[in-house]
Amino acid sequence: MPETPENAEASAQITRDEVAHLANLARIDLSDAELDHLAPQLSVILDSVRSISAVAGDDVPPTSHPMPLTNVFRDDVAVPGLNAEQALAMAPQSEQQRFMVPRILGDEQ
Amino acid sequence: MSALPSFDEVLASYDPAMGLEVHVELNTNSKMFCGCPTAFGAEPNTQVCPTCLGLPGAMPVVNAKGVEAAIRIGLALNCEIAEWCRFARKNYFYPDMPKNFQTSQYDEPIAFEGYLDVDVDGDTFRVEIERAHMEEDTGKATHVGGATGRIQGADYSLIDYNRAGIPLIEIVTKPILGAGERAPEVAKAYVAALRELIVALGVSDARMDQGSIRADVNLSLAPKAPAGSTAGEVVLGTRSETKNVNSLRSVERAVRYEMQRHASVLDAGGKVLQETRHWHEDTGVTTSGREKSDAEDYRYFPEPDLVPVAPSREWVEELRGTLPELPWVRRARLQAEWGFSDLEMRDTVGAGAFDLVEQTIAEGSAPQAARKWWLTELARRANETGVDVAELGVSPAQVAAVQRLVEGGTINDKLARQVFDGLLAGEGTPEEIVAARGLEIVSDDGALSAAVDKAIAENPDIADKIRDGKVAAAGALIGAVMKEMRGQADAGRVRELVLEKLA
Repeated sequence: MPETPENAEASAQITRDEVAHLANLARIDLSDAELDHLAPQLSVILDSVRSISAVAGDDVPPTSHPMPLTNVFRDDVAVPGLNAEQALAMAPQSEQQRFMVPRILGDEQ
Repeated sequence: MSALPSFDEVLASYDPAMGLEVHVELNTNSKMFCGCPTAFGAEPNTQVCPTCLGLPGAMPVVNAKGVEAAIRIGLALNCEIAEWCRFARKNYFYPDMPKNFQTSQYDEPIAFEGYLDVDVDGDTFRVEIERAHMEEDTGKATHVGGATGRIQGADYSLIDYNRAGIPLIEIVTKPILGAGERAPEVAKAYVAALRELIVALGVSDARMDQGSIRADVNLSLAPKAPAGSTAGEVVLGTRSETKNVNSLRSVERAVRYEMQRHASVLDAGGKVLQETRHWHEDTGVTTSGREKSDAEDYRYFPEPDLVPVAPSREWVEELRGTLPELPWVRRARLQAEWGFSDLEMRDTVGAGAFDLVEQTIAEGSAPQAARKWWLTELARRANETGVDVAELGVSPAQVAAVQRLVEGGTINDKLARQVFDGLLAGEGTPEEIVAARGLEIVSDDGALSAAVDKAIAENPDIADKIRDGKVAAAGALIGAVMKEMRGQADAGRVRELVLEKLA
């Protein structure tokens, strides 16, 4: 396999701090032991995925969608969905025909 | 915090930089990614479905009308339209989106690199547009408990997802530099012009009071550049982002307030926090919201459930062909056609009478007459009753009819006022009112001659002056005749009779 400058440095590690940051963003509470354990594991996974860049040259753009489709649209026609009773039947709690959620600690995004 | 420095003190030491983000809620029939209806004010959670509730397995499909509106807005803002772009997931934890992400666009907006020229007191100020992208609105949270009904201190929150998924176009400016003391006015003028554009495009209700147009105001201050210095690298200060400023007046006030607040922090040797601020319409101040640091990391990634949007150039050009004449271009054209001065034009627009004047002229009235009636008699009456002149209940066709009666010599301007009284009282058409109230001008020489004789007899001193050649004194006699005839005399004919009799 030809070595390119990209995959030569492809063994970059995901750091423990990065894992902690991602866990925080995803609201996953990880202990120190879990962080120690996960960072090297994730690095291995990233390394494996990164091997793709060894075969994909500059002429292959990153692919987000495997099917070569564009412009799949629908007409702007309103159709009935669920009624409030059906929608709220899935909520653990509701009040005033609204979904009831616990106190929000963060701020609006 | 100590008292804020005055606006002039701020300007003496700092240059403001602004960035405006405006969210436009589209008026499509259905949501952006599902077929749910979009009516404003529906009962809570009655316009929802598995897709906009984020239920497992539900798949979104893009509303063609939403893309079309985005492209038309982009074109109207002189933007490039992407040949290929994707939606992206903006991941965050807040229950206003049940999916835990908002479908938006990230580094591939559908429209980019445009500008909007706005008029600030007769000067044109170019606001450069960074991007316009497609996304979806969020649900509406009501916070229960606590003293203020706000999120802080609330016991729990209630969510209505009717609004979640309604198409939004977010329009983001590049940093607006060099506005100086006019920064508040420029911000207001930009949002006002953008709103007008949206109305002309017909893509949104454009009701700021209902939140269908919402502005976020980013502001920072930099130390004032020395006079005469050339524009080198622009160093921006730390910015604050004031969210959901929901009236044109508030946009102006929020910019002004934040300039003063930033200056007060900087003057005291402090650091401006990069944070979200909440605008309070009632007190005219902003308060601290969320500090922006980690929270800015939304882990955007391409939305796998929606395929890319690649508008063909043919479609883009077809949509370019549907753009209406821009409101300010139309105004400039009509101003030239009508022969209005800048001041007359500004007054007409300012009084909310522009469309009314245009329609009155289209009904056959002379431009200056149309302007005169709407801006004097009718504006005054609207003002007295506390309504907009457009809601007064007098139509452009009726005003044109009144003006026709004036030009035809049936009534004069003074009598026309009584016709407007009649119109507002619902007494019928202008012609019917003239007949019913007996307002027609008398130009019959018999009646006029008698009245002139009477006026001469009652004003011998004035009559003598006119006999001595002081023709200017005739006005007093004409006035006396008009009074005698309750304003219904043909003034021109009266003048002729006065001068004949006293020659």
